[in-house]
Amino acid sequence: MSEQTKETKVIEDIGIDAGLEQLTEEQIEKTIMSVINAEGGTRLEAYTKTCVHCGLCSEACHYYHSHDKDPQYAPVGKVRNTMWNFLTKKGKISKEELKRAVLIAHTECNLCRRCVQYCPFGVDTAYIIALVRRIVHKLGITPQYIQDTAHSHAATFNQMWLKDDEWVDTLFWQEDEARDEIPSMRIPLEKEGADFMYSVIAPEPKFRTQLIYQAAVIFNECGLDWTMPSTTGWDNSDMCMFTGDFEMMGRLKRDHYECAQRLKVKKVVMGECGHAYRSIYDQGNRWVGWRDMPVPVIHSIQFFWELLKAGKIKVAKTIDKLATFHDPCNTVRGMGLHEMGREVAKAFYPNFVEMQPNREHNYCCAAGGGVINCGPPHKMTRVLGNRVKAEQLKATGAEVLIAPCHNCHGGLEDIIHHYKLDMEIRFLGDIIYECMEKPNAV
Amino acid sequence: MHSIYNFATGPLCWAAFIIFIGGLLLKFISMVRRARSSEPYIFGYFSPYFGLRSVIAWLIPFVPRNGKLNPVFTVVTFAFHICLLVAPLFLMAHVMLLQEGVGMHWGTLSDATADVMTVIVLVGLAYFAYRRCTDPTAKYVTGPKEWVLLALVAAPFLTGFLAYHQIFDYQVMVVLHILSGEAMLIAIPFTWLSHMLLFPMVRMYQGSEFGGVRHVKDW
Repeated sequence: MSEQTKETKVIEDIGIDAGLEQLTEEQIEKTIMSVINAEGGTRLEAYTKTCVHCGLCSEACHYYHSHDKDPQYAPVGKVRNTMWNFLTKKGKISKEELKRAVLIAHTECNLCRRCVQYCPFGVDTAYIIALVRRIVHKLGITPQYIQDTAHSHAATFNQMWLKDDEWVDTLFWQEDEARDEIPSMRIPLEKEGADFMYSVIAPEPKFRTQLIYQAAVIFNECGLDWTMPSTTGWDNSDMCMFTGDFEMMGRLKRDHYECAQRLKVKKVVMGECGHAYRSIYDQGNRWVGWRDMPVPVIHSIQFFWELLKAGKIKVAKTIDKLATFHDPCNTVRGMGLHEMGREVAKAFYPNFVEMQPNREHNYCCAAGGGVINCGPPHKMTRVLGNRVKAEQLKATGAEVLIAPCHNCHGGLEDIIHHYKLDMEIRFLGDIIYECMEKPNAV
Repeated sequence: MHSIYNFATGPLCWAAFIIFIGGLLLKFISMVRRARSSEPYIFGYFSPYFGLRSVIAWLIPFVPRNGKLNPVFTVVTFAFHICLLVAPLFLMAHVMLLQEGVGMHWGTLSDATADVMTVIVLVGLAYFAYRRCTDPTAKYVTGPKEWVLLALVAAPFLTGFLAYHQIFDYQVMVVLHILSGEAMLIAIPFTWLSHMLLFPMVRMYQGSEFGGVRHVKDW
């Protein structure tokens, strides 16, 4: 038995445990079967019936590799202990089995979709696990921490319980701070018809305010016509997508896009976040009924790349340290931005080494998919479940790890700390801010 | 024995082919119809270009990364599937039966080639069985159903091989060969052997999503 298998057995999470206490076996059975019948649809049938139980998907999963090939952590093993179990027992499962299923779906799978690329048939395990989370949501047994962020979304339309005035105040504060460095600096609020609206995730104003500062400096120094909204819709993040609260996911995305439409901007540029991107181009928009993005949304990776190619970002200095690039699942398997990302990184870190595997085959950080948002009770699940990431990072010998995604940062920080790797983690914006020409700076 | 033979090559044979082809056809139609009513947006993202790109990539050995990581499996599975499809379709005895029965015919393999291909199918199945006992994940998700299906695919090839080489009683072997072949055909629409239909369907959908929406390859 691996280190983690022992751990998960004693994990206590009030969201799961207290929720389970209130459930009867009839409720469990009825809810499972109603979600499977009403929402499972053709894809669930096709995926479960196509699978020939060959186990080739196991190669894809960082949890599997990190647990010495324990098949419980193989994608198909996780499906076996969740959805197959639901299907074969027709929803008649015990509370113990259900708790195990919650832990698997919420903390042992990042919905990173790497296994889709390793299954010869293209069975979408992430879709199956997301459907398990949907059942978990309907049963009211979602892990407490991530459920809290979903509540925040429902109450405030942002992930971090920020009040309306706190949001605007934060932007004023950052603008004020930045004027020490660049006196002409502005964070234009509510500017109708601007070229683009900049949107961020709520953890930026809450914990990582410097990222807003840095982005604002970059946009100002490039002379761009941009704006930020003062109303809800500024937060592009979406934990509801990961808890299976799809109704709320739809409301969030509608609010976000309508905010951009109200400001009559040509496009939205979003910060260095992975999951929010997935919600915008892939899942949230579909729930609302938009085939594609109703207002084009450009990820920072692409936007910085365009600015660099257009000569608007000018490299003032490069850094000599050996750097490597971590491809976030949602910008790579999600949007194929891998070449753009490393081109930007290499412009400032010419001394560059690839981690292996890389690009669309990179290992996940084990924080994404809402796993880090399940909070402290589950921290070691993802840290021990990603030993392979630590090995992959160590093998590069790099001093600097560039990761253009918030969740990846959180997860990688914990991995670097636990496995005692000596690496500095950076965002692209952070690097550009430090190394670009700033003509208006004093 | 003759009456069993006549029954197996007559009504039972028709029944087996009707269930096999009709079953797969019905499965296809019912899945498409169900998707149209419950998940119509699947068709909105469907792209023949990206779908076929993905199918083709997965049909070339060693193009997908996972194929490169599992070289033995890749070689065995390609050899197995090619022989599994080609040997029975182009076996001279089968084509002659077909010509006598319904008047259709096409090119045939030499008996020696078909013999080698049959052995490849059986070796492939033996490898799959070995893998199900040794690979930790495959072992974890292998149950009685997997063993029955492996045996069901092995039976017509094994009995055909024994009959051709006249090992044991020829007449008994031929009847067993026909019956087991029919059993395999009948099982296809109802078990994961239906991946012969679902592989292109699922792969094309996934290829469309990866290529058209996510702008990245899925292999």
